[in-house]
Amino acid sequence: MSQFAINLLFVGASFALYIGIAIWARAGSTKDFYVAGGGVHPITNGMATAADWMSAASFISMAGLISVGYVNSTFLMGWTGGYVILAMLLAPYLRKFGKFTVPDFIGDRFYSKTARVVAVICLIIASVTYVIGQMTGAGVAFSRFLEVPSSVGIWIAAGIVFLYAVFGGMKGITYTQVAQYIVLIIAYTIPAVFIALQLTGNPIPMFGMFSTHTESGVPLLAKLDEVVHALGFRDYTADVDNKLNMVLFTLSLMIGTAGLPHVIIRFFTVPKVADARWSAGWALVFIALLYLTAPAVASMARLNLLTTVYPEMAGQVQDYEEAAANPILYEERPDWIRTWEETGLITFTDHNNDGRIQMYNDANPAFEPLAAERGWEGNELTVNNDILVLANPEIANLPGWVIGLIAAGGIAAALSTAAGLLLAISSAISHDLIKNTINPGISEKGEMLAARISMGGAILLATYLGLNPPGFAAQVVALAFGLAAASLFPVLMMGIFSTRMNSKGAICGMLAGLISTLLYIFTYLGWFFIPGTNMLPNTEPNWLLGISPLSFGAIGAMINFAVAFAVSSVTEEPPQEIQDLVESVRYPKGAGLAVDH
Amino acid sequence: MADDKTNAAAYWKANVRLITGCLIVWAFVSYGCAMLFRPLLSGIPIGGTDLGFWFAQQGSILTFIVLIFFYAWKMNRLDQKFGLGE
Repeated sequence: MSQFAINLLFVGASFALYIGIAIWARAGSTKDFYVAGGGVHPITNGMATAADWMSAASFISMAGLISVGYVNSTFLMGWTGGYVILAMLLAPYLRKFGKFTVPDFIGDRFYSKTARVVAVICLIIASVTYVIGQMTGAGVAFSRFLEVPSSVGIWIAAGIVFLYAVFGGMKGITYTQVAQYIVLIIAYTIPAVFIALQLTGNPIPMFGMFSTHTESGVPLLAKLDEVVHALGFRDYTADVDNKLNMVLFTLSLMIGTAGLPHVIIRFFTVPKVADARWSAGWALVFIALLYLTAPAVASMARLNLLTTVYPEMAGQVQDYEEAAANPILYEERPDWIRTWEETGLITFTDHNNDGRIQMYNDANPAFEPLAAERGWEGNELTVNNDILVLANPEIANLPGWVIGLIAAGGIAAALSTAAGLLLAISSAISHDLIKNTINPGISEKGEMLAARISMGGAILLATYLGLNPPGFAAQVVALAFGLAAASLFPVLMMGIFSTRMNSKGAICGMLAGLISTLLYIFTYLGWFFIPGTNMLPNTEPNWLLGISPLSFGAIGAMINFAVAFAVSSVTEEPPQEIQDLVESVRYPKGAGLAVDH
Repeated sequence: MADDKTNAAAYWKANVRLITGCLIVWAFVSYGCAMLFRPLLSGIPIGGTDLGFWFAQQGSILTFIVLIFFYAWKMNRLDQKFGLGE
């Protein structure tokens, strides 16, 4: 059977599974549609949350990102640490509040349609920007594995999501996400186990990473440091100087994670407040299975790639100068390099015409003299970051079905996140805008229809944007985190932890956080991301106190808090029934305290 | 009613105290051990590198998991102790 047929079989089987679930889990009521009936087991919800959270980028690109070295550990900590805040500061109380959407809480708690609408706007900007990346990610996964143009892939992905999201709502999404989690975690783990066995003899990647590299007898990370050092790269484990930026970037990712609506609404689906707490723990366990494997894949795949190019560096090396002199001949490159050259993800240019592959850091001026001495005239092998995950099965000589599994896993990761985001968008439109702002008299049946139409509309919009991604598509994920961190998270937290916070404080805080973050991002990345309209070059010396635009969400959140407290303290306190509402969300048991359900 | 109120206030105070403790640990492992105090921990070797690097790539994630389960367990006991569970 050809590799194409195998991939088709795996992806087709996974789709059949999702469609089967869609037929089984149709939504009968708005409660089914928005929160899966509210009866999802905490472990099931944890698994669905993990799939909801881990996107195509987590699956395909994150290992490549981490393989830069210690500095990018921020992604690992930032995208997991947010769950601690979510479990303690938001999820249980929002579950107790017992409604369907994030703007629902903000609108009721701050007794203001303006607050609700501002929250809807923040939610839509954050979620729409995020969903573009998922649609393009699905398109890329299709085109790499199924030999269809990426536009066809996007239409197929949209069709599948349409089937289970429009008919099943959150109920259909929840159970497909569970299936998608299982597919993606198996697909990610199997190649990782084999590469760990190959390099360290330890079958568990996270332990292998800190054990001995079999071929050289040196600890794996020490070996990796030596090899990258010999090629002019920054040491893998080297410390960074700009700790302030590192801290703020991690903090932005953490509070952004906790403030992202498509993650928060997953916790509305469990039966009890206590379940919301447990469920956050389970979600992190399932996420950690991938996030603890990713750094191992990153370090091992990078070492493996470099020792493939410089075979003499793999064993015990007395003199790295000698080992660097004999990279492989281009003609003798392994098959997997040939395969991925066809996709353009690996490219080779023989700058010094010696027929050998030189791979090193030609952007390091300090390394320049040594490279010149060795007769190197530039880096000759350009490798896309995604290769570290995509080519793993072939590097480890695994059978074709593992590649089919990776194809199904990558598509599962993209679909599960897209569906969660689309639900957050459509419920904000049908529930917050139509039912609670424009037409409060709408019937249950009417709202259900509105929810399905909004979902269909959101899918079409996402498909359109996926097919015609705006030029700024790469920056938008950072924008989504920055906005969630600076606008939604602080307001949700203050709504729970401060009875004194009033509507004026919350609205001013949200706007201050939103606008300051947008301004800072636009200053360096261009107004509305239009290239050339940035006011300062986006380089470290120009950043305020060395804070990158991607790290500003944490500062935006602080501005939000400060403005909200200042405005709130000089304006009237919220009405008694709102203070009672705040009291009631704090206690799992609602006896004696009125909650308007 | 007054008793209910003091009881509820005591529950909330206990919750906030628990959260504060957990978040101190949360910040200590990630911002502390993995970043700011990494140079101080550089003398402790682990698998070819130093303890701070381990915290950055594995230790903090493992600690986060323990923290959430500890919090959920402890809060269940508080819910019962104050009679405020569901």
